[in-house]
Amino acid sequence: MYKLILAWRYLRTRYIALASVISVTLGVATLIIVNSVMAGFTHEMNQRLNGMLSDIVIEGPDLLMGFQDSEHYCDEIRELLGDDLKQITTTVHVPAMLTADLGGYIYTRQLSIIGIDVDTYAEVSDFAEYVLHPENRKQLSFLLREGGYGLDDDGVLRDDFPEDAGWDYRRRKASWEAAIREASAEAELTDTASEDEAGPVDPYANTLEEAVTFNPMRDQHAGIILGIGIGSQRKRFESEDGKSSEVHDVFILQPGDDVQLTFPTAASPPRAETAPFTVVDFYESKMSEYDFSFAFVRQQDLQHLRGMISSEGKAVTSIQLKLQAGVNLIETRDKLQSYFPADRAPYFRVQAWTDMQAPLLAAVELETTLLNILLFLIIAVAGFGILATFFMIVVEKTRDIGILKSLGAPSRGVMSIFLGYGLSLGIVGSGAGMILGLIFVAYINDVADLIELVTKREVFDPTVYYFEQIPTIIHPSTVFLVVAGATLIAVMASVLPAVRAARLHPVEALRYE
Amino acid sequence: MSNTTQPKRRSARGNTGGPHVKFTNSAPADSGRPHGKSCDARVILQTKALKKSFHKGKNEIRVLREVDIQVHQGQLTAIVGQSGCGKSTLLHLLATLDQPDHGEVHFDGRRIDNLPSRQRDTIRNRDIGIIFQFYHLLPEFTALENVLMPTLIDQGVFSYWRTRAHAKKRAIELLAMVGLEDRLRHRPSELSGGEMQRAAIARALMAQPKLLLADEPTGNLDRKNGDDVMAILRRLNQQDDLTIVMVTHDQAIAASADRTVQLVEGRVQNSSPGHG
Ligand SMILES: Nc1ncnc2c1ncn2[C@@H]1O[C@H](COP(=O)(O)OP(=O)(O)OP(=O)(O)O)[C@@H](O)[C@H]1O
Ligand SMILES: [Mg+2]
Repeated sequence: MYKLILAWRYLRTRYIALASVISVTLGVATLIIVNSVMAGFTHEMNQRLNGMLSDIVIEGPDLLMGFQDSEHYCDEIRELLGDDLKQITTTVHVPAMLTADLGGYIYTRQLSIIGIDVDTYAEVSDFAEYVLHPENRKQLSFLLREGGYGLDDDGVLRDDFPEDAGWDYRRRKASWEAAIREASAEAELTDTASEDEAGPVDPYANTLEEAVTFNPMRDQHAGIILGIGIGSQRKRFESEDGKSSEVHDVFILQPGDDVQLTFPTAASPPRAETAPFTVVDFYESKMSEYDFSFAFVRQQDLQHLRGMISSEGKAVTSIQLKLQAGVNLIETRDKLQSYFPADRAPYFRVQAWTDMQAPLLAAVELETTLLNILLFLIIAVAGFGILATFFMIVVEKTRDIGILKSLGAPSRGVMSIFLGYGLSLGIVGSGAGMILGLIFVAYINDVADLIELVTKREVFDPTVYYFEQIPTIIHPSTVFLVVAGATLIAVMASVLPAVRAARLHPVEALRYE
Repeated sequence: MSNTTQPKRRSARGNTGGPHVKFTNSAPADSGRPHGKSCDARVILQTKALKKSFHKGKNEIRVLREVDIQVHQGQLTAIVGQSGCGKSTLLHLLATLDQPDHGEVHFDGRRIDNLPSRQRDTIRNRDIGIIFQFYHLLPEFTALENVLMPTLIDQGVFSYWRTRAHAKKRAIELLAMVGLEDRLRHRPSELSGGEMQRAAIARALMAQPKLLLADEPTGNLDRKNGDDVMAILRRLNQQDDLTIVMVTHDQAIAASADRTVQLVEGRVQNSSPGHG
């Protein structure tokens, strides 16, 4: 009983000991904040990485020509994985060059085109969730829409998006271009009315004859969905009073524009093929790596343009799989790897999405681990503070310890006073740290805004991270581990002083002045 | 541990007039026995060939060379001797605060000097009360809490919780007995020396000990306060038949004891009955 009372009294009367606890508090708070932010980043990143990538990608040996019989392999995989498989699709990947005429200026970007199967690809990756047109989010389409691009999830138009993107813009642009053409060659042009009666041209019809009947007022080329980074640039705009700034995308291309894509054909040796496409939408995965380098087209368009369709069938370059939720990714990958050994025909390479992003994921993990170690070192430093403070208290309380022993308090009891004292400090310190950390995490974006306001410097730059907010996730198990670890350190720091107090000889302790 | 739960016994002798609370656990006194009892009561405390020396570097300071004393139940024994002759050392050995190099200490019919530390702790807690020259109250606690401390040490959280009212009542009675009924909530720093010593007496009596050891209880007090403290100790000795062993430098006090033990060069030189 006296142990509790004494520990409590010493706690209440020795505020200096509480000072050493502040570092425990700060350490715990920082650990919780860092872990929440890192977990938030990792989660968000994983979701986006995995969202854009399917779970497992199987590539053939020839990335240029692709491989035949994809349907046959898909059936084999379906059979092998059974219920674990959610969806399977084939894709054609090819590096390409985008060229656009910006009214005299040529805009060129290097990118990867992915030819996707419209019906199944949306189920293999979350790609469709990131496209800008709300209708495309529901049902992916490669036809240009009348308008309504740039509505966000709440149905509000992004204020930085061109309002008339879509057919409105395309018609306006086409008539403007036609007017320029007319002005420059007014003498020759007599009548264009006959074209109006030809009816809409199938954009997927023979492209070679397109030029003859193609009317940009009414027709589109094969649709292409560009990563938002390819067609736009993210910029910071200062408000007029200069106090705040906002980040906007400036769109260089927009839905309705035509672009030229140049890519290698699937011939040996490959030739360069150039074909016009019409931008029908953007996607924004917020992973700059993807948003700046991927463009999506219909698989059959790409196969057609690259000459991958032959009497043997249609070639694809990879098979992509989505597993059911909860299915072990790595096990399934290993299963597929042993089914398609890398050293035997058809020389498939089976990769889980984590393999493809391994360096990035590993770097984030390493960073988290290092930060945890460093911050626990801070708490360990606090532990030494507690150790020193406790030694001081034991010395200061030597006579009291002698008194307690003369009144029959056992050594063990004296020891538990100080252990209990350390435990209380640990609980108080890490409890306060936990509360502080959780509050900080809850209001982290407000805190960032506040710091920005005070220092006038950006804490979290959305142009860099492509997140509007600092993402956080609180794992209760992490919080528990941090709090328990810090408490343990405080208790461990009090062990030595407690043992010393327990070993004090009562007579000598009583003589102590 | 049942001390606090024992029914309180009232002394047979009502010579103070009013109701008298029994504060100690000593055996009932023989009613008609005059002051100055010695031979007929049983021996409660005894040492046999006690030796104790301290080592300072290579020097061996032989403090107690051979000490044999016997203390009878109900006696007030005064230990006298020159400063540095080992009185405090002897008292510490009697109190089991320290252990002798050689020899035995018998208390209440059993040898206590070689008991495991846990059992010696229990004896100090329940059977032997100790008073020091410098009071040794715990500075963070009030007088009342200091008096309660032996019970707090003895009992776990739950058993203390159950008997707390009883313990508190007894502590207040003890403080009233030493005249501190209006100083219950005072910290030691808010008490005078005499008051602190009286609070220390109350604390020593809390567990109803069979033996009270006092190391110069008046050594730090002026005449008036010293007399007050001595009056309390004498009253405890006479009315409650509490056995007291007291180290003192005060000739008058020594003379008024039942018995005086004189230590010279680590030995008992002269053990004489006092002149009550
Ligand atoms: N821990 C120790 N180490 C070394 N010597 C000690 C120790 N404790 C006591 N002594 C020595 O033992 C001797 C007896 O000490 P003790 O305190 O018993 O004397 P005392 O009779 O109580 O004296 P006083 O009347 O002044 O209180 C002294 O000479 C002292 O120096
Ligand atoms: Mg002494």
